[in-house]
Amino acid sequence: MSDTDLIAATAAGTAALIRDRQVSPEECLEAWLERTAADDLNGYLWRADGESATNGVDGKADSPVAGVPVAIKDIFCTAGVPTTAASKILEGYRPPYSATAVRKLADAGMPMLGKTNMDEFAMGSSNENSAYGPALNPWDRSRVPGGSSGGSAAVVAGGLAPWALGTDTGGSIRQPAALCGIVGLKPTYGSISRYGMIAFASSLDQCGPLTQDVTDAALLLSQLQGRDEMDSTSTGIEGGVALPSAEDLTGMRFGIPSDLIGEGVDPGVKAVFDRTVARIEELGGTVSEIVLPHAGHGISAYYVLAPAEASTNLSRYDGVRYGIRDSNADLTSMYEVTRGDGFGPEVKRRIMLGTYALSSGYYDAYYGRAQRVRTMIVRDFDAAFVDVDFVITPTSPSVAFGLGEKTTDPLTMYLNDLFTVPMSLAGIPAISIPAGMAAPEGGGSEMPVGFQIAAPAFGEQKLLEASFALEKAINFDPSGGRVR
Amino acid sequence: MSQELEAVIGLEIHVQLATETKMFCGCRLSFGDEPNTHTCPVCLAHPGTLPVPNRKAIEYALLIAAALECEVAPRSIFHRKNYFYPDSPKAYQISQYDIPIAGAGKLGDVRIHRAHLEEDAAKMIHVGESGRIQGSNASLVDFNRGGTPLVEIVTEPDLTSGAQVREWGQLLRATIKQLGVSDVNMEEGSLRCDANVSVRPVGSKELGTKTEMKNMNSFRFIERGIEAEVTRQKELIASGGKVVQETLHFDPSTGELHSLRSKEEAHDYRYLPEPDLVAIAPSAEMLVAARDALPELPAARAARYRDELGVQESAALLLSFETDWAAFFEGVISEDDSIEPRVAANWVTGEFSAELRKQDQALESSKVTPASLANLVGLVSSKRVSHSSAKTVLESMVADGADPLVIVEEQGLEQISDSGELETIVKAAIENNPKPAEQVRSGNEKAIGALVGAVMKETKGRADGGEVTRLLREHLGL
Repeated sequence: MSDTDLIAATAAGTAALIRDRQVSPEECLEAWLERTAADDLNGYLWRADGESATNGVDGKADSPVAGVPVAIKDIFCTAGVPTTAASKILEGYRPPYSATAVRKLADAGMPMLGKTNMDEFAMGSSNENSAYGPALNPWDRSRVPGGSSGGSAAVVAGGLAPWALGTDTGGSIRQPAALCGIVGLKPTYGSISRYGMIAFASSLDQCGPLTQDVTDAALLLSQLQGRDEMDSTSTGIEGGVALPSAEDLTGMRFGIPSDLIGEGVDPGVKAVFDRTVARIEELGGTVSEIVLPHAGHGISAYYVLAPAEASTNLSRYDGVRYGIRDSNADLTSMYEVTRGDGFGPEVKRRIMLGTYALSSGYYDAYYGRAQRVRTMIVRDFDAAFVDVDFVITPTSPSVAFGLGEKTTDPLTMYLNDLFTVPMSLAGIPAISIPAGMAAPEGGGSEMPVGFQIAAPAFGEQKLLEASFALEKAINFDPSGGRVR
Repeated sequence: MSQELEAVIGLEIHVQLATETKMFCGCRLSFGDEPNTHTCPVCLAHPGTLPVPNRKAIEYALLIAAALECEVAPRSIFHRKNYFYPDSPKAYQISQYDIPIAGAGKLGDVRIHRAHLEEDAAKMIHVGESGRIQGSNASLVDFNRGGTPLVEIVTEPDLTSGAQVREWGQLLRATIKQLGVSDVNMEEGSLRCDANVSVRPVGSKELGTKTEMKNMNSFRFIERGIEAEVTRQKELIASGGKVVQETLHFDPSTGELHSLRSKEEAHDYRYLPEPDLVAIAPSAEMLVAARDALPELPAARAARYRDELGVQESAALLLSFETDWAAFFEGVISEDDSIEPRVAANWVTGEFSAELRKQDQALESSKVTPASLANLVGLVSSKRVSHSSAKTVLESMVADGADPLVIVEEQGLEQISDSGELETIVKAAIENNPKPAEQVRSGNEKAIGALVGAVMKETKGRADGGEVTRLLREHLGL
């Protein structure tokens, strides 16, 4: 068994090789550490060595994923290992504990390859808001990998990790997965513990897998899901998650929210979407138009609610207990200088937006109204799921854009999340699978296009079955993303 | 013409719950331990940590709600109260805002507005002369206290004087103590009371501008502080001035009021529904359990002592407000059916309590048992020992825990029951004290005290005072 074959295998495939003793866990880890050492995508903010990768990992774990290494988004606390959320304010911070998700993977015998790059505190759609420079898209290094889980998407697509852990607040798993040509799953809110996941917007944040294929997504989700007594909002997925096996889509009903997918979708992306819809019908699925009347307001509501929660979640970075402290002159200076130096411009923008939205006298007009919109979007989906089993959209309105292309216009950047935010607000599961290639609007070589499928809350198993059948029919070629 | 003004006072009381662990993490509660030894990533607000509510704290809050006859919200929620200060590691306190666990209720004649659950802040120590953050050389934070469960009880503005606040505050403290949910120790801060004080013309329905009095650590100080503030406000208005909304501190050593901060500096707390917690929805079983767990509360107990047992009002209140004294009293009367509760109550709250104080002893460590005190009261009631001899016996009982009967026998304190013997002593007293005897005969009945005293001295207190007076009057021809 050559290293090249090993690296080419999916995570599930690697697990099988280890189980069948074709390769030992040690050899497997060594091969992958060689890959991470070659990272030229700025995908990792911290890379493990042989010792730190297996520190705390149960080497004798009896699990279907034992020995398969994983990359962890730098938003997860990892005991004794630098954890910055790509922010300068947490420079040098080594948490005293590990996130529940991280601990579960270590308990299942999975070594950690490293901590992946991201937008600072998960705020961004291009990874350009990292304090440590952007991760690059392995298909075209002049382009962004998406965000906020850009590093996780880049290392999986680039063959620098078999799979990775990410987080999704308004699209932060699905959009970078789409832009990098891999699978990204945001599970139902509450499926996976948030304990130890650095909070951006607590009512929206959810952990999930970024993987080479749907089977890997199911496998990683099965290890992550579960109620955690350290997270009062966690529930787990009743009955657990099994590996999908559906051959076709017979009897499955898909709905297209045409009112949402209107203007603003690149023609190349639209063409891939339409081709994929045709495939669904070829596989025996039915496709109809549905309405989500309030989903179009999702972005507006999201950019009130998420910053409002962020403004209070990020107040703890005050220079008192951990991270940097840039002034000792007096209490106010300590707060102002530390936070002024420590946070990047997008984080500051959202803290200010959120602080304003929660101010006395403005609360009802902003936060209160946004909450009401959120409730209406929840009802929109409830109504839609009476008639269909799944809601489908393009994951992102465009393919990966150029570095620096949208950084001067935050509003255009926010529109990247147009199709992913409504599902986050509703708390329902949604997956992005690679569906084809399209040329960027401004020219350049073809880039991957993602296809989003959403299901009712805790409908992960059905979602994975449908995605599995569709993935097989699409037969996407990921080799263009592999780092050579 | 000057209008008569009345005070309007409302209270906010913070009660630290005596749970084993903190409100939102598993750290043990502690008082006076080495600083920062009871902390964890959650109560230090490390990135990524989440709060998990303490079930016991919720049960305690439901118990308080039941004792204060509050309506319990079917689904109450937590909010984040945002403010930057080193005593608040998350930079927000998890508290309850628009839907508290307990709504309208009452205790005695004061209505309760609400009661809610929250977490305590950490403790700040400012190093420097001022003892305050301004001008200090350094500030230290002890996170042991941070996250201690609190119930904040807010009254309606139903109180009208410092004295009423003290009395009601003592009733509240006794009630909470009886529930066993808090140490209610004001000096250690497990019970803290803030008062909102305003004045208005008598008969007016509108409230005047209030000031807030913070951090007073005894009900005596609260009484004095409120009286001082009410006086200040009345004089201010009488002289044409206006009350300014501000926070005041009362210095009990000087009797002065100092302004801590004015309303202009008030925080905008930017309340946010806490997304990390789900609603508290007490089950029917939990509500029933809280009601069933309610012990007899001080107010009800005082009424029972007074109305059913005939105990004097003052003694009934004293006993009811102190759980261990009430238990002692009930022990005394259950020993001996022939003892009148009224008499026993007077002995417990009067002579016995005074003797303990005199010998610097506490009830819980006293060697005197309810049974032995019952024996003593029985000896007095059956006139085997005089009231004044009984005090001597009590002194020995408190000192070394001896049996009262043994003391009486050893010291020969048995009451003189031979009326012939007593009559002889009475006659001698009249003869030996002609001056007071003459005064009594000529109508000054008070002078009889000197003659009683003479008899008592002669009998070493072994005579029954009532009988002595009766005999003296008989022999003086009254």
